Order: sequence, then C-alpha cells, then structure tokens
Amino acid sequence: MIDDRYELLIIGAGPAGMAAACEAASHGVRVAVLDNQAAPGGQIYRNVDRATNRQNRILGKDFVKGRSLVEQFIQSGGSYFPGSTVWFLDEKRRVGVLIDDKSFFVDADKLLLAAGAQERPMPIKGWQLPGVMTAGAGQILLKSAGMVPNGRLVLAGSGPLLLLLAYQYLQAGVKIDALIETTPRGAISRSLGKLFEALPATDYLLKGVKMMLAVRRAGIPVYHGVEGLSAIGEEKLEAVRFDTGKTGFKKVTDCELRADTLLLHQGVISNIRLPLAAGCEIEWDAGQKNWAVTNDEWGRSSDADIYVVGDGSRISGAEASALQGRLAGMHASHQLGKISESKLEVLSRPVVKSSKRHLSIRPFLDSCYTPSPCYLVPGDDTLVCRCEEITAGEIRQAVRLGCTGPNQVKSFTRCGMGPCQGGQCGSTVSLIIAEQLGKPMAEIGCLRVRPPLSPITLGQLSEA
Amino acid sequence: MDHDCIVIGGGLVGSAVAYGLSRQNQKVAILDGGDRSFRASRGNFGLVWVQGKGWDYPPYAQWCLKAANLWPEFSRQLGEETGTDLCYQRNGGMHFCVNEAEWEERRRILEQNTLHTDGEFQYEMLDHAALAEKVPQISNAVVGASYSHLDGHVDPLSLLHALHQGINRQDVTYVPNQNVSEISGKDGEFQVVSNGTTRSAGKVVLCAGLGNQRLGEMVGMNIPVVVDRGQLMITERIKPFLDWPTLHVRQTGEGTVQIGDSHEKVGLDDGTDPAILQKIVQRAVLMFPFLARVRLVRAWGALRIMTPDGNPIYQQSETCPGAYAVTCHSGVTLAAIHAGTVAEWISGKNDDPLLSRFGTERLHV
Amino acid sequence: MFKTIEEPAEGAVEILVEGVAHRVPANISVAAAALLCGLGSVRETPISGAGRLPYCMMGVCFDCLMKINGQPNQRACQVTVAADMTVERQLGAAEYEDL
Repeated sequence: MIDDRYELLIIGAGPAGMAAACEAASHGVRVAVLDNQAAPGGQIYRNVDRATNRQNRILGKDFVKGRSLVEQFIQSGGSYFPGSTVWFLDEKRRVGVLIDDKSFFVDADKLLLAAGAQERPMPIKGWQLPGVMTAGAGQILLKSAGMVPNGRLVLAGSGPLLLLLAYQYLQAGVKIDALIETTPRGAISRSLGKLFEALPATDYLLKGVKMMLAVRRAGIPVYHGVEGLSAIGEEKLEAVRFDTGKTGFKKVTDCELRADTLLLHQGVISNIRLPLAAGCEIEWDAGQKNWAVTNDEWGRSSDADIYVVGDGSRISGAEASALQGRLAGMHASHQLGKISESKLEVLSRPVVKSSKRHLSIRPFLDSCYTPSPCYLVPGDDTLVCRCEEITAGEIRQAVRLGCTGPNQVKSFTRCGMGPCQGGQCGSTVSLIIAEQLGKPMAEIGCLRVRPPLSPITLGQLSEA
Repeated sequence: MDHDCIVIGGGLVGSAVAYGLSRQNQKVAILDGGDRSFRASRGNFGLVWVQGKGWDYPPYAQWCLKAANLWPEFSRQLGEETGTDLCYQRNGGMHFCVNEAEWEERRRILEQNTLHTDGEFQYEMLDHAALAEKVPQISNAVVGASYSHLDGHVDPLSLLHALHQGINRQDVTYVPNQNVSEISGKDGEFQVVSNGTTRSAGKVVLCAGLGNQRLGEMVGMNIPVVVDRGQLMITERIKPFLDWPTLHVRQTGEGTVQIGDSHEKVGLDDGTDPAILQKIVQRAVLMFPFLARVRLVRAWGALRIMTPDGNPIYQQSETCPGAYAVTCHSGVTLAAIHAGTVAEWISGKNDDPLLSRFGTERLHV
Repeated sequence: MFKTIEEPAEGAVEILVEGVAHRVPANISVAAAALLCGLGSVRETPISGAGRLPYCMMGVCFDCLMKINGQPNQRACQVTVAADMTVERQLGAAEYEDL
C-alpha cells in the first residue's frame, strides 16, 4: 500500500532512478519509487533480471552490468511500485499515481524525476506504414521478448544505438539486408576536433570501432550520407527508397531496396513531460538538438525540491545517468538532514570524477551523429503528427497564417491533440516552426503539457 | 494613417470583429498575443446557445437569439470562403436536470427567455421517459431536461482557425506576439504603440479579453473584467452516442467527448485542480454511467472573460470617440453577430439599438 | 515479421488474437504477441482508417492501441499477455456498450 507522504519520491526505475534510490535509502531516507514497467531497469536494462543466457550473450557486457544495479535496487529497502503510472503532477508537486486501477495522491519532501529518454522522431515519407519501427523498439523486442525481425530487414539512421543493434542482431544470427547511414557527410571529420576531449572515454570509442568492424566483416551493404530516405508501400512497408547515397566510394542514386521491416533511429531525446508538468525550466541544447532540463551539479532543477537526472534531463548514457542518480540521492539525503555537508563532499568526489569521465564522450558522439536537417524538418507531404495524421505542410500553413509557436499550431491543425499528446510529434513541430520563422528554438518553445500524463479512465478519476 | 481600424486581440472576439470589418472594405490590422497567451477560445465549450442566456437581462436574451439566428449563414459563408469545416450543427441543445427542484427552476428560467423574446424563444421540458427516448444512455439520476431546437454547437478552435484564414484572405495585417504599451488619440487618429512600433488608425477596437481593463484606461474607458476559471476535459474518440450538445457533456465532430465545467476565482491561474476535475467527472459519469470506462486524454483550465453582471460590454469611449471595447465570455455564440452587427456599428454603417443596452454605465450605477 | 530466437524460458500462454488461438511466450507484451502472430495491422486509425503496427514499443507513440479483454484503446505494449486473454484490432473510434 502506498503512503500519502515520503521524504523522497522517485519517478522512474531506470539507471538514474535506481541509483538514486539505493543511495538515499543507504542514508536512511524514506524512499518510494514509481515506475510504469513490470520490472526495474528502464529501457536500457529492460528485463535484465530475467534475461536468458542467450539474450545476455547477444545483448553484451554493458547490458549485463545493469543486473548488479537492479539487484542492489531490489535489496535497497525502499518502497517500489512497479506497473504504476503517474497521471498527475503539477507545480505544487502533487503526484497522482494509478496503481492496480486505483488512483492515489502522494506528497513528498523531495521529488526526483528520472523518466529517461525516448527515440527522437525520424519523420520520413511513409514512416507510418506497418513494418516501420524504431531501433529502440527492435531492442525492446530483443530484450523483453527474445524476438528478432524475420524477413528483409533494413536499419536506417544515425547514432551509436543503430550500430549497437546491428551488432546485436549479428550475434543473434539475424540477416541484415542493408544498413543506411543518414549522418550528414563530413560529420565525422568535423567531429575529430572533439575527439581529444573524448579520450578519457576511450572504452566507448573502442567499442564503436569493434562494432563497425564486425558489420564490415559480415558483408552487410552499408550506404552513407543518404538523403531523401522514404518508406514505400500500399498497406504495409514493401520497400525503402532513397535519392542519393554512397556505398564505399561509389555514388548511388534512386536506390530502392525491398524490405519487410525498417528500423529507424536518429538518437534519443529527453522525455521532459514530467519536468514540464512540474514547472521545471528547460533549455534548448543545440549540441544534442534536445530540450534539456536546466539543473545544477546535484541535479536540482529550477525548483530546489525537484531533482531531474539521467537521460530525462539531458542525454548522458546509462553509466553517467546512474552516477547522476547517486549525486542527487546523496544531495537529497543531505537536504533531508541525514548526512552532513562534509560527508556529502567526501562521498560525491569520486562520483563526480567518474561522471565527468563518462560524459566526456558526449560532445564527440553528439557531433559525430548529429541528425541531418532533412530528417529533423521533413517535407510537406510527410506526416508529423501520427495520431491525427497531420503533415508538415499543414503545420507550415498554420505558421503562414501567423502562428508563432506549437500551441497555436496545435489549435489550428489538431497536431498534438491525439492520444500521445504531442509525445511523438512535439519536437518536430517546434523544429519546423523555428526553421520557417528563422527563430531560435528557445523562442519557439514547446507544447504545453497537461494532465493526464498517462491514460486514466473517467471512472478511475472519479474514484480517486 | 496606416489603417482604418486597429483591433487589439486576435481571439474569437477580435478575429470575428476584424473579419466583419474587413468584409466592409475597412483596412484592418490585428495586434495579437503569442503562443502562450491565455486565449479564452481554448476554454470555450463550443455551444451556440440561447436557452437560459439573459433570462435575467432581457437585452441579452434577445441578443443571443439574434446571434444564434445569424449563425447558419455565417457558418456557411465562412466555411465556403475558407474550406474549413467548422462542425457547426443546429439540431437543438439540452440542459440536464438531476432533481425535480432543478427541473422546475429550469422551466421558470426558460419561461423568462420566452417572455423576453416575445415568444420567439421556444423550448420543451422533457421528463425522464421522453429524454431517455432521445438519449438512450442517460442514467436514471437525470430526472429530465430542457430542450430547445434553437440551440446548436460548433468546434471553437475550427472557428478560430477559419476566422484567421478569413482575415488572411481579406488582407488584414496580422501581427502576433504584441504587447500594447500605449494608445493615444487626437484629431480622429489613434496611435497604438506595441513592441516599440507605432501604428496609426482612425479607430481602435479593444478585443483583448483580460487585457481590456488595462487598455480601456488608455482611452478613457472603465472596463471591469472579472477573471473566472473553468476546467474542462476531453476524452478519446468514441462512437457517436450523443446527438445534442449540453452544458456539461458534448460530443464533438471528431467523436471525442468534452466534459466540463467549473467557475473558480483563482486569479490568473489556468492550471488544473484534481479535486475539481473529479467533481466534474463524477457529474458526467452520473449522467452517463458508461463514460466510466472511457479514457481521458486531456484536462485543462482556461480563463473566462467575465463582466460583473455576466453580460457583454459594447462601448465607445466618450472621451476618445473612435475607441471601442468589446468584452464578453460568449465568444462563440456571439461570433456571428460580432462579425456582422458589431462590425457595422464600429464602422459606422449601422447602429443596432440593442447595443446601447450593453454600455458600461449599467455597471457603474 | 518477427520470430523468437529460442524456446521461451518462462513457458507459454494461449491467447485469442482476432478470434484465433495462439500460443505465445509468457510475460511478453500484447504488442510483441501481435507481431509474433503476424497481424498485418493492430488498428485502423479513426482519421483515415489506415492500418498501423506498433512503432516505439515503449508507450510513447500510442500506435499499438488494441481492444484487450473487451476494453478498447489500450496500449498493447504496456499490457502483458495472460492466459485466455482476447486481443482484437482497434477499428476506428472506441465503442463502449452501456452498463
């Protein structure tokens, strides 16, 4: 049974949330963790405590590392509510959560939001066709269901996760018919300047090289610098097409590849719905092309009683997210009077050092895999809002009428009014408006977040 | 002079007035708020309503009936011109009553409407059996309803969209993100300063909703605006079940179910309060028990533009003639008359005698 | 078009998908099960009637809406399969029989 008050309420049981819970609980803080999945791990360590040996071999050492954190979390002694969905959160820090069909309101002295990241939308023509999914979806199916694509498979996009998935599929014996890289040509050479900063995280770099070599050795056709990517088909995906690209040194034009499954990926973006609902300040991170949550070195947001850490604050990776969770957990412990300032200093020093090392790879990765503008701001006939089936052209029309931001665009087009409430289209809409008006993202802003933050029935609400 | 009229505010009121003015060949500019402005249109329930309106103030009863009767042609004209479907329907509307006392009170109220309109307003009181025949899913908790065939509904945001498309086609100058800092007028010309730019016009029309009080002072008018918050909710799309709009439950053109409402004095806070949301939902589920299984997609608050007596303000400044104020909370029902009669009053083409009953003197007695 | 890489370690359950009985690994999501069963689409949108299959598998996109045990519009990726569960495609707007 959930209490109506905790000292530290954590939303999200991924690396950051779990690490924060372990840390705070170890100092005697009364902690509760809410997570919408059936088991801890978030997306990155999804199902890690039940993965089979075969899955572990395919998914790799980094995945298995998550197991010890999950075990530590389960032993940590805090209250944990899996399968719970937070449907209400406001600036007064009231949390409304649905557990087993019943709604409860919970208060907390300190709130920690660790909702992680989601796939950056990659709106290409035809992306709504059955058979087109995200690389993240591919990973989730592999981790949580031991499932892999069966048929002609194309992986397309940009980012370390795409390469990782290709590598994992190779370990699983999956035939990949093509790997399409949409990273703009020259991104890697432009990023070399950041390579020096990334040297403390050489292990990340070496892993990347190892995966690239494995893909080469397997003889998978790789196309680089691809432009004009689209998904073709009548009632489902039938083929993947692109206008121009390079394979090796050879230029390719008007290429069409038959496909049954297309997995898209161009990086991840922070899931900022909870921080927005709580009134936390956000800022546009131009390097990551991401709305990040403004926070200090302890993870405190613009509200001193709300910590926002992990990929849900800015894209950091699993290891750095866990370290940020620890820092927030120990800081909250100090604020709650459980540990002294000097103890906090001593505890945090090695964590801060380790966190810096893990974060040092990011500028290089962000630059290397920066999404190409043509896949951030799609053409007129590409769907932006999948729920309401609104195209980029309709959004541009609304801007021509005088809309200066995503909320008025929503009022005029219904973009963002569907069941996903802008979760899937929000970032694209703002990018389209910014490009059309020639204004910075900070001025355009993002869609307003309103309850419910996840679906709730009228019956559940009436009985709250 | 840059323009014939500058309209301050591009919401349902401002854009309807500007649309009407531009169709009379007036050269119009609109200074509008921004993406995060309060925008009362986001809180409008979409009713094009006559029953019960102005039961205690005859001019308003007449005014709303007049507006509702202008709506069909207004909708046809605007829809044709812009190609936007307003989802306007005039098949009648209902007001559910949950006890006998409410039912009797409702009858008394609507009798007033009939009286004030010389019998033109017509209604029917339905008992539970008659109501259940029209609305099969209604629960037994609803003892009956008042019904008037003169009521209807529309999608408020499609209306706003269409009005903006309309003013765009008429070459109205539309300027968003504006903050008006000064209005001065002399010799039949007004200077409006916003964001450091000065624009001149022969007439100025204040349609800035909550901002009208501050702007009114600049042109010698006392426009008392009362902030009133309403919370409302929208569900997932469900198969059609409710053919008539009501004050608390309305199925939209898309099939979503809109649920409301509340009246709260919370200042400039358009947030949500779970306790109020719960009351609103409980009322809706009381009326339609099956709604308990339906999923909520969004809940929000919006600020109404109320006047002290709830009736509109249509006022021309006495010290600065040529400056007008239009303030009301019924931006949807009155849109048709704002684009017609009110625009004609402002341009000097016509002066409907009813308008004089909505001046500010009545509020300062 | 998806398949499993090995025999399910935690056993299997029988569910009804569009009226047809299927044995699927226990503890997977309904969305995963729908993919395994080879459904051409899990829903038809209420806007255009176009068919959709799951897209993100993590609860963000709402493209995997299905009718599960008679309750419409549930995100299939957020529901775990259970014995004798009925899974149907969500065709357009939700339909709720009155109580």
